[in-house]
Amino acid sequence: MARVAVTASAGTADARRSGALPTSRARTRYVVVIVVLAILAVGAAAGLLAHGNPMPFGTEGFWRIAQLRVESLVVIGVVAFSQAVATVSFQTVTNNRIITPSIMGFESLYVAVQTTSVYLLGAAGITALQGVPQFALQVALMVGFAMLLYGWLLSGRYGNLQIMLLIGIILGGGLGAVSTFMQRLLSPSEFDVLAARLFGSIAKADASYLPIAVPLCLAAGILLWLRARRLNVMALGADTAGALGLSHRRELMQVLFLVAVLMACSTALVGPMTFLGFLVATLAYQLADSFDHRLVFPVAVLTAFTVLGGAYFVMKNLFYAQGVVSIIIELVGGTAFLIVILRKGRL
Amino acid sequence: MITLDGVVRNYSSEVAIGPVDLVVPEGGVTALVGPNGAGKSTLLTMIGRLMGMDAGTIAIAGHDVASTPSKALARIVSILRQENHFVTRLTVRQLVGFGRFPYSKGRLTRADEEIVSRAIDFLDLRDLEARYLDELSGGQRQRAYVAMVLAQDTDVILLDEPLNNLDMRHAVQMMRHLRRAAEELGRTIVVVLHDINFAGHYADRICAMKDGRVVEFGTPAEIMTDEVLTRVFDTPVRVIEGPAGPLAVYY
Repeated sequence: MARVAVTASAGTADARRSGALPTSRARTRYVVVIVVLAILAVGAAAGLLAHGNPMPFGTEGFWRIAQLRVESLVVIGVVAFSQAVATVSFQTVTNNRIITPSIMGFESLYVAVQTTSVYLLGAAGITALQGVPQFALQVALMVGFAMLLYGWLLSGRYGNLQIMLLIGIILGGGLGAVSTFMQRLLSPSEFDVLAARLFGSIAKADASYLPIAVPLCLAAGILLWLRARRLNVMALGADTAGALGLSHRRELMQVLFLVAVLMACSTALVGPMTFLGFLVATLAYQLADSFDHRLVFPVAVLTAFTVLGGAYFVMKNLFYAQGVVSIIIELVGGTAFLIVILRKGRL
Repeated sequence: MITLDGVVRNYSSEVAIGPVDLVVPEGGVTALVGPNGAGKSTLLTMIGRLMGMDAGTIAIAGHDVASTPSKALARIVSILRQENHFVTRLTVRQLVGFGRFPYSKGRLTRADEEIVSRAIDFLDLRDLEARYLDELSGGQRQRAYVAMVLAQDTDVILLDEPLNNLDMRHAVQMMRHLRRAAEELGRTIVVVLHDINFAGHYADRICAMKDGRVVEFGTPAEIMTDEVLTRVFDTPVRVIEGPAGPLAVYY
């Protein structure tokens, strides 16, 4: 009670502002959060570049080795940025803090595309689907799939978000079942090739994708950033957003398109990361303690980078298991997901 | 002035709203009453352009709601629905600030802040303005939403059952606030009410709906009669003279 009284008086002392951070205490808190997260992110990045570098610091050889590692750092950056921005935006337009784009069947589609290619082309045929054309194809397929689903479901008179999400889950399950079935029919060697491609792996991400993935993600991210104030209104719900002059349907479709692009980039680079987005968005809302997307986005991206970079550092240097970063993130993220659901007691 | 001309919305071959022809004059409080499923909320939502119609036209102050851009309409009409999805880390003042979105697009100017302050003071929310929405009671939150609608600064305000879940004291306070908004600020307020006695006491005009059609439109004195209310609500109603005007007794 005393805390409320303090903030109330601070609010009036601040000449009654309605901004996202109305009190000086809230502003200080936000700056501290950003600075701490930035230090952690830089620390994770520096650790990845320098730890275990056999050459002494500052020598030419040291920098050469560090340069070789920059690539995985960029991959971490792209994945962290995409997952964070996409999940926060997605949760806003669906007015739900539990679901993430993954639930819409993105990962399942990724698995289905990979499995089908191995199934149809064989282990040898896999070489035919690599590099830039494969990447472009996957992004296009995923965005196309997403837009088709949303466009079809929302154009109908009874189309609504709940139905769309339900169909998303069912489609995801269906695609997963088809993939599993095809995997049963693969020869052990083919399955081995497939398994290597399915586990999210920063170390094995194909660097040749980066020249397309980086600008694509940046463009989608900037467009979402420019819509941040509209997203704030969208968070109030369809009716209120409509009453304030936003076309909910149009905003929803545009945001979902951008989210699809971001998710496609991330999934195509490192594969499924089911709970990373959830973990990051939940943490970001706790840390930013604000409704304003212009404040939540940076916190979410920094958090994602810290979590992913930190997990990669731990797995690589402590457990020497750099290929399975997704496992530790799924473990932590999945646990967080369960805790949040059990504590809230509802979806 | 709100003009409805042959407004129809079809749900199935048996269930339909309209055709509704109605003229709500400028100023004052107009209450929409009627039994459950009469189409009050649907009609209000269509006037507020949150729902499309299958035939007919609705014009608010000469602006056709179907063809006028939603952005422009947001400066002419504001609507508050029954269920509001509320964001947890949002203070009362920040919520009311969203009412300025049609003007500021989220960048609040000094003038916007002043209007926000006035709306907050108008609904006696000054002491609560730094509180988060999830720290408020249902009645206080309802008032915060009405303050947001006031800050939108539109001539026409549409409210869908604003007395829902309010106890006696808060319901009366809410109606007084709405009356003051109509009288002091000159707003045209259309409000869906469940309690006919609230409508009879606080409204300037009552519009009674039944089975998707407007069956009565008039002053409280004209509507608050045994014959009209019994017909509209399909249940025996007796109107007696109470200490503060006519009272409908239906139990």
